[in-house]
Amino acid sequence: MALTTAEVARLAALARIELSEDELARLAPQLEVILESVAQVTEVAGDDVAPMSHPLPLTNVFRADEVRPSLAAEQVLAAAPAVEDERFRVPRILGEGQ
Amino acid sequence: MSALLQSSAAELGRAMASGQVSSREVTQAHLDRIHAVDGDVRAFLHVDAERALAAADAVDARRAAGAELGPLAGVPIAIKDIFCMTGAPTTVGSRILEGWQPPYNATVTQRVLDAGLVVLGKTNLDEFAMGSSTENSGYFTTHNPWDRDRIPGGSGGGSAAALAAFEAPLALGTDTGGSIRQPASVTGTVGVKPTYGGTSRYGVVAMASSLDQPGPCGRTVLDTALLHQVIAGWDPMDSTSINAPVPDVVGAARRADVSGLRLGVVRELGGEGYEPGVEQRFREAVDALAAAGAEIVEVSCPNFRYALGAYYLIMPSEVSSNLARFDAMRYGLRVGDDGSHSAEEVMALTRGAGFGAEVKRRIIIGTYALSSGYYDAYYGSAQKARTLIAGDFEAAFETCDALLSPSTPTTAFRIGERTDDPLAMYAADLCTIPSNMAGNAAGSFPCGLADGLPVGLQVMAPVLADDRVYAVGAALERELAARWGGVLTDRLWARQNGGEQ
Repeated sequence: MALTTAEVARLAALARIELSEDELARLAPQLEVILESVAQVTEVAGDDVAPMSHPLPLTNVFRADEVRPSLAAEQVLAAAPAVEDERFRVPRILGEGQ
Repeated sequence: MSALLQSSAAELGRAMASGQVSSREVTQAHLDRIHAVDGDVRAFLHVDAERALAAADAVDARRAAGAELGPLAGVPIAIKDIFCMTGAPTTVGSRILEGWQPPYNATVTQRVLDAGLVVLGKTNLDEFAMGSSTENSGYFTTHNPWDRDRIPGGSGGGSAAALAAFEAPLALGTDTGGSIRQPASVTGTVGVKPTYGGTSRYGVVAMASSLDQPGPCGRTVLDTALLHQVIAGWDPMDSTSINAPVPDVVGAARRADVSGLRLGVVRELGGEGYEPGVEQRFREAVDALAAAGAEIVEVSCPNFRYALGAYYLIMPSEVSSNLARFDAMRYGLRVGDDGSHSAEEVMALTRGAGFGAEVKRRIIIGTYALSSGYYDAYYGSAQKARTLIAGDFEAAFETCDALLSPSTPTTAFRIGERTDDPLAMYAADLCTIPSNMAGNAAGSFPCGLADGLPVGLQVMAPVLADDRVYAVGAALERELAARWGGVLTDRLWARQNGGEQ
């Protein structure tokens, strides 16, 4: 299967990764080789094989709904790129024209 | 001083307990060693001498006051820079987390601190633990102490190199597809991936959550088991943690008894692509285990051939989801926040600038494998292949107590040799990936040199039979030490400090 530069650009946009033209040109053929080599698994198993998402047979684990100490606000904000009024300051949410 | 560096962690623990030496002396010796050799080895991203000496003094003071201390109290340790630890940066080898200081300790970090181990610093790794050589680190490449032109394995190459360079007697790693075992193999050290759920992932920066598992690294089997005992066991903070007693790994390492054990050599993990020197050392090690009383049989795991392909769909899928948290909003790097860009644009600019090439490759593959129209064909098929691989293990463990293979198909390759060929790099994990897929315990143990470079033997045991991994590893160590006059890294020490033994 062929993976075009345009398709890689679309996937990168979905993954919120800005890529340069150079990176796109390098990535597309690399990804194609990788996907070709892993494609064999698509032929391995039939409908009778159950998918396995996890090594342990798990059910949800719940703890008691009790109030416990948590990190102080200043600890949480200590590593923030930008803080304003004891909150995370983020760039504007809407793009131009939205 | 050199005796302190060469000693095992178990010996150091005993010497400190009997008052022959203080933790400060042991810690200072290792800090001096790091100062002397790490400019060439480059195992550490961060060393905090002051903190280490303060921790050593605290242990010495507690001992002087008559406190009951564990067998590793006062012993120095190097921690892979993927475990959160307060008061120090955790970078995970990525520029996107440069300078970030976690607000809490990983459970494994906390247990190491509670046991009185002295943290020397944080070790280098491939960015977000994605790689087999440390060449994907956002900071620098670690060099293999056996040959500094070669890779120390990855992702935990820093931890493995620190052990082989005698910069630390113990280290921590994480293993998603072989990141503990492959570095152990190519540096002549010991590394164990516990049963999935056997050690807590809380506070360990996630790569692929259904595969990641923290584990111990050492130069001897007993040291590794002692560290395993410290870090393992149920943790309510990790919902995938197993609430069951920790297997008696220390007892198994001490007994080193394989008599009556039936060990299966996996037919599919050998042959084409495996270096002749690796296969030869592996066969000799299997013979040594037979001489120690194990019964050796051959087993077939036909679906292992799909493991690499399935892994490179499942792992990137989980990566693309896990690494979405690096969004430039709450911590870490932020690029382009100049008023002209929206939050989404800032995210994309930050992730473009902060992630390295391999991380981008994997996120994009994962995004593709999970996208509508491809999900069933790729991610869904890979999950079915995973079922078949687990089934192979189940069948093999019906007739065998543990399975054997080389740990990785080749010895340490040259730095730069595989950086332009992702598939060649991925092949380093051919033997280790199946155990991550099935979640069983596995470890790598030194079994000799091929052309002067270490070779590792992998032991795979059923879920929660981690003690068997240590029993086989310790028996092999005993048999080979009888021939070599010590463990494999002792030969490296001798080579570097006057005359091969």
